[in-house]
Amino acid sequence: MLVIDSVSKTFNPGTVNEKKALDKVSLTLEDGDFATIVGSNGAGKSTLFNAITGNFYVDEGRIVLGGEDITYCKEHVRSRVIGHLFQDPLKGTAPHMTIEENMALAYLRASTRRHAYFSRISAKEKAKFREQLALLDMGLEDRMKQPVGLLSGGQRQALTLLMATMVTPRILLLDEHTAALDPATADKVLALTERIIAERHITCLMVTHNMHQALSLGNRTLMMDGGHIVFHVSGEERKKLTIDDLLEQFKIRAGKQLDNDRILLSK
Amino acid sequence: MSSLFTLSILQSALELGCIYALVALALFISFSILNIADLSTDGCFTLGCAVGAMVTLSGHPYLALFAAMGAGVCSGFVTAFLQTRMGVPSILAGIIVNTGLYTVNIAVMGFSSNVNLFASDTIFSLAKEKLPYGWYEDWYKLLIALVIVLVIGVLLSLFLGTRLGLSIRATGDNEHMVRASSINPLFMITVGLCVANALTALSGAILGQYQKSCDINLGTGMVTIALASLIIGETLVGKGSMFRKITGVILGSCLYRFIVALALRMNVPAEALKLVSAVIVAIAISFPYLKDKYSFYKLRKNNRNLFRKEGGANVSH
Repeated sequence: MLVIDSVSKTFNPGTVNEKKALDKVSLTLEDGDFATIVGSNGAGKSTLFNAITGNFYVDEGRIVLGGEDITYCKEHVRSRVIGHLFQDPLKGTAPHMTIEENMALAYLRASTRRHAYFSRISAKEKAKFREQLALLDMGLEDRMKQPVGLLSGGQRQALTLLMATMVTPRILLLDEHTAALDPATADKVLALTERIIAERHITCLMVTHNMHQALSLGNRTLMMDGGHIVFHVSGEERKKLTIDDLLEQFKIRAGKQLDNDRILLSK
Repeated sequence: MSSLFTLSILQSALELGCIYALVALALFISFSILNIADLSTDGCFTLGCAVGAMVTLSGHPYLALFAAMGAGVCSGFVTAFLQTRMGVPSILAGIIVNTGLYTVNIAVMGFSSNVNLFASDTIFSLAKEKLPYGWYEDWYKLLIALVIVLVIGVLLSLFLGTRLGLSIRATGDNEHMVRASSINPLFMITVGLCVANALTALSGAILGQYQKSCDINLGTGMVTIALASLIIGETLVGKGSMFRKITGVILGSCLYRFIVALALRMNVPAEALKLVSAVIVAIAISFPYLKDKYSFYKLRKNNRNLFRKEGGANVSH
């Protein structure tokens, strides 16, 4: 369970570039919730994610994940229980290291701390990695000794997804993780994402600019604007909602048209 | 021409190549893997030599190597501390430590600018006594240097395959990924720099025993030389496993020493050696870039010629 309790963040306070990126944002995600987030440019979607991952510390408010207050917890410590996928497929993997080595790094989360430092990748782990790669159905299981830099963007993103969920995270953050992929690959990665989330019952937040996805994926939809969550819908009400309704709601709540320069209205 | 390639030139080039290869391996960790230009290398090399020389002088040539490595770890830790906990940019951190080390090195040598070990036992003289007489009598120095560098090379490639090693490599490769996967990049930078500087100092200590002296200016230009060896090595063996890369670095270091030895044989005066080194380094570093450029020019020329031969008419429809 993730509880974000009136969290605020201002960048460059006291200067001409002062920007209130998050303004008393509150949000509670129950275990197994899968919420999509849409919003205009600079609405604070990525800032919200960065606040959760600990990329910066928030000015006020509290972030509680799985009953543990992580507001001032260091980034590398909380990333043990948070999976994070970036829009840029290059950000999630180390290009000069092999697929196997990348997976071993992700699997470090599972190891029981210190004494594991000098251990090497065991044959048992290799077999486990191989088995998981085979599930991607991309032929990566036969390329485990190759550097990740040789893979395509879609393959890298699929691998990153696998790495982020290898040890089931308390929350999975997807920051437009299919936006930089070609449509066919994006569909494949998205299907994979849905399958993993459903199978493992992972709590998930997903930023998207695809209005269709915003309504069809998961069980909740949030709209953000100017550092606020302006609209929130779930359950039966959400099922009845169309893309036009969603845009109309945004116009009413935010007092302006949704101005995202990459927005996709159709499928 | 044959007088240029005497056996003794090859021998001493290999000896020095193996000893200096440890510095090149240190830069392999800091520069290639961690992506940090560690400019404290010059001072750290002298530190290793100074500490090693003083311990050797008191009659413990083996302990000297470990003492030097310990000193190197301390130096690396200070450099890492400055950049990870004090917000000093990495290049500046190296320069600051390098400057400070000058005084430390003078102090270690008892406030004198050089120390000589002519009367002391060294790892080389001890090994010479222990080894039975044989054909390798003249080669014992090379044998020892080679054994040390091979052991370090194997250990390093094993280390870089452990979880700690993988984490260090990932830190230099993709920081976004590292932060998102529960690895503390600051800790990894610290460990990496400590290991790298331990190797630099070890190299200094071995060189001190090899030439039976230590001088405060010994390390000047070391970072450039090691970088040249590293890049020659990378150009030589190209991409591949860690073990292959490490072998390349060692070969690169030997090749560099060989080039320098040849330059000296061509009656280049000793005062000009630094300039010769600088030229070799510049060529070695720009070689991969120029090679790419050249193949592009060749490709363009071939394409143009081909186009002309076909009459250049294919475009019109």
